[in-house]
Amino acid sequence: MSEPAKQDGEFTTESKLERLFARGEFVVTSEIGPQKGASAESVIHHTEQSKAYCDGFNITDNQSAVVRLSSIAAAVHIMRHGGNPVIQMTCRDRNRIAIQSDLLGAYSLGVRDVLCLSGDHQSFGNHPTARNVFDIDSIQLIALVKMMRDERRLLCGDELKTEPRFYIGAVESPTGDPVELRVMRLAKKVRAGAQFIQTQAVFDVEKFAAWMDLVRNSGLDQRVNIMAGVIPVKSVRALRYMKDNVAGISVPDELVDRMANAENPQEEGKTIAVELIAQLRRIAGVKGIHIMPVGWEDVLPEIVTRAGLQLRPVAD
Amino acid sequence: MIVAEQKPLAEIAENIMEAQKVLVVGCGGCVTVCLSGGQKEVDILATSLRILRKKEGKPIDTATETLERQCDKEYVDKLAEKIQAADCVVSLACGVGVQYLSERYPDKCVVPAQNTKFIGGTTEHGVWEERCGLCGECILARTGGICPIIRCSKSILNGPCGGSQDGKCEVNPDVPCAWTLIYEKLKRQGREDAIYEVFPVKDWSKSRDGGPRKYVREDVLL
Repeated sequence: MSEPAKQDGEFTTESKLERLFARGEFVVTSEIGPQKGASAESVIHHTEQSKAYCDGFNITDNQSAVVRLSSIAAAVHIMRHGGNPVIQMTCRDRNRIAIQSDLLGAYSLGVRDVLCLSGDHQSFGNHPTARNVFDIDSIQLIALVKMMRDERRLLCGDELKTEPRFYIGAVESPTGDPVELRVMRLAKKVRAGAQFIQTQAVFDVEKFAAWMDLVRNSGLDQRVNIMAGVIPVKSVRALRYMKDNVAGISVPDELVDRMANAENPQEEGKTIAVELIAQLRRIAGVKGIHIMPVGWEDVLPEIVTRAGLQLRPVAD
Repeated sequence: MIVAEQKPLAEIAENIMEAQKVLVVGCGGCVTVCLSGGQKEVDILATSLRILRKKEGKPIDTATETLERQCDKEYVDKLAEKIQAADCVVSLACGVGVQYLSERYPDKCVVPAQNTKFIGGTTEHGVWEERCGLCGECILARTGGICPIIRCSKSILNGPCGGSQDGKCEVNPDVPCAWTLIYEKLKRQGREDAIYEVFPVKDWSKSRDGGPRKYVREDVLL
């Protein structure tokens, strides 16, 4: 018979993030997109450079459907170099057999946090003619991870000798329309077992705050730790690209104008990121920040420092 | 209906190789409705092949026939005589019709003239859209009559995904997000709380993933 998975008092897992949230710390995570190649050099570089400035590194799983070093392999490199990895697990490339196997493998290697998502459609990547999988969806994936952990069973019902005790994360797109559907979907993710949420990048703080009002009204902020997403941008071109092409991102015109008129766009981009963090931090229910530098990983220490978040807490 | 699109003439011509007597066979079913494989298209294709081959200095004879359906042995049998006289058969049916002809007349080379695309309907003259994913387990009663298996690019049962924006799919802004459509339909019917239902993982064994499917109705067997 399977036993309840909880062994450390109130904690469901050995996750550092879970402990920090439980202590009421304002959690900072970052993101690393592994390189296109059979080397972990850039992952290791960013880990060494930024590990003191964030509580976890989210590692993309073939982001934008572009083949890169695997998320789980990168996680091992991050751990070897003193960082705390959060693997991404997408539904695009694996059926339920591969997903469960990879989750068991990742846990056995020391990974304790997993972010569950559908994954960008393959038509955006470097293999647009690939056959996709999407055997299960992201909500079913969340429920699956919880089932493996709390019921110590595989999806088919088979018992696991050792359960993977993952801290379960999910994503949400707060400015995607219709906004009430986004809140309903967040509720489904929480009900399925999501314990922390990393949101799509926020540029439109007003719109995000309106979404957070709905989230608080439904009590969801009490049931899940919400981290607001921030993308530092280098140029007005990058900002316009996100405004026009990246789903779920809303960019106010005044922000575009500000970047367009900036003497030093890179500096302005950093300043905007720092300001956004300060604004998002003040919104009730926001428990942390998830910084996605998307190719500008070197900027992380400076942004975290300027945001006054450089002294990262130590987990017990 | 099954929606099919005719292959380029050059590809069909290449596939009939050196044949001199070509039988072009249409189908009176779906491909007639979607204007790609009925009698009219048979005549045009036969004429086009003759002109092309004449220009190449390798003239051919063509014969034509349009069966009621090519996915039914009873009709396929009727071709016996005409096929006998042909070196090669070009079928304008869907992939099922091509295989039925090929199975019934194993000594003849049967060339497909169509790319069979999907199950869909006409939205306006000349426009067809996919509506069914042939998954073998219909959930339309619970999704406001909109199929997320085929109309969501990721076949998400608990959507929408994070890529949906302004009610459009991340794959193509001309494609509506199936889950936004489902939500709007359920809301219109006062059933939007149904969105909270978590659909369990799907049994894909009832779909193509279970291997080629067969359906037997004992009650109508002869």
